[in-house]
Amino acid sequence: MSKVRVLVGTHKGAFILTSDGKRKNWQVGGPFFAGWEIYHMKGSPLNPDRIYASQTSGWFGQIMQRSDDGGKTWAIPGGETVPVPGPEAAPPSNKFVYDVSPPSGKPLTTHQWYDGTQHPWEFKRVWHIEPSPAHSDTVYAGVEDAALFKSTDGGQSWHELAGLRGHGTGPHWQPGAGGMCLHTVILDPSDPDRIYIAISAAGAFRTDDGGKTWKPINKGLFSKYIPDPTAEVGHCVHHVAMNPGRPGVLFMQKHWDVMRSDDAGDNWTKISGNLPTDFGFVIDVHAHQPETIYVVPIKSDSEHYPLEGRLRVYRSRTGGNEWEELANGLPEKDCYVNVLRDAMAVDALDECGIYFGTTGGQVYVSPDGGDNWAPIVHDLPAVLSVEVQTIP
Amino acid sequence: MIRVELPYHLRTLAQVKGEVALDVPAPPTMRGVLDALEARFPMLRGTIRDHVTQQRRPFLRFFACAQDLSHEPQDAPLPDAIASGREPLVIIGAIAGG
Repeated sequence: MSKVRVLVGTHKGAFILTSDGKRKNWQVGGPFFAGWEIYHMKGSPLNPDRIYASQTSGWFGQIMQRSDDGGKTWAIPGGETVPVPGPEAAPPSNKFVYDVSPPSGKPLTTHQWYDGTQHPWEFKRVWHIEPSPAHSDTVYAGVEDAALFKSTDGGQSWHELAGLRGHGTGPHWQPGAGGMCLHTVILDPSDPDRIYIAISAAGAFRTDDGGKTWKPINKGLFSKYIPDPTAEVGHCVHHVAMNPGRPGVLFMQKHWDVMRSDDAGDNWTKISGNLPTDFGFVIDVHAHQPETIYVVPIKSDSEHYPLEGRLRVYRSRTGGNEWEELANGLPEKDCYVNVLRDAMAVDALDECGIYFGTTGGQVYVSPDGGDNWAPIVHDLPAVLSVEVQTIP
Repeated sequence: MIRVELPYHLRTLAQVKGEVALDVPAPPTMRGVLDALEARFPMLRGTIRDHVTQQRRPFLRFFACAQDLSHEPQDAPLPDAIASGREPLVIIGAIAGG
């Protein structure tokens, strides 16, 4: 029987929640990397026992961890202890350096700071890890300050795809409240050269040549909080989702507004419809019904919690515009948590399971596509990210 | 042997308990200690000093013999008590955050 493994990154460590396909009885593993911020964990689509984790700290910087046994043990690729060091240099590990080399890189340019002045790119942390569906040693990392890195040796060495940071619009990108993060990386399973990324606050971009060149894909977005509301870049995109079985159709939760694109991001239309508020962070797509999408409406950009203290998921079965409230099993009152941008995921079981985590430390599951919800855990540290693996 | 006391999270990362003892070329300097530390524990590269600039990370401090050595040149000789192993070199994280 299939089982699921839920990878939860929190402010104070990582947790792995496992269950059989019924998704009613759960085992909680962890904390792993206790006391560290775990921005994201994600498993390889080719080898589910291979999981990557972004371990980070304001004191000690960025660590990349990898497990090859489904999360039981972890190691830093290239970081193994050398009992008697020799003259040879140790292999690289945990090293994220913007590529400014003449053959492949771009000069270290500047971006817009909060006060409108220009500010140099400074690496801070990895927000999102995206393992390749084609090669198990290939993995991408979206980082703050916004850039995309790639490893082809299982996370030991990382190289920036500098064409993105070097895009001519870079001086107009600016940090959102969480920093200038590249938080979304979507690999097109039907075209290895096509990658979508999103940056807060620059917008969405697409490459069709494996990351050499990038195109802003923000036409149709309207952001009244920037000087030109329809500018090519500068939009605070919170998250983008795609059903891998239907590449080219994208759904976006923007700062305000829920959007969709049917042409690989070239054009976007608003699908907020009857949502009670279209501010939010997460968005995801049902594993088997590509027109069924989920969001968690948040009151406003100033008040990051559900409306009226009632935690609700909203589902559209029509690809947007017509939304239904999903409430069964979710808190009815006094709930003032947030659901952060990478904290929702779907499994691939026949009856698709939906998962999300909150800043209050709860992780909820719906084993029936959103009709009914139950908490898996109540009291973890604030949840930063949720991913799920469906294990055959 | 130079004795180095790491902060808790770096001891966990390096999977060591207590102090670390390192062979460091004479005369020992902060740079020499960190080079030896990172050669033996490659997972610590980038955690104490920046990968590229090799500058101390802002929220870390270096103490030894009741002195703050954080702002001393990295190539300055360390105190005799550190060089002889009588006292440990202490790397400490700033007390901040939640």
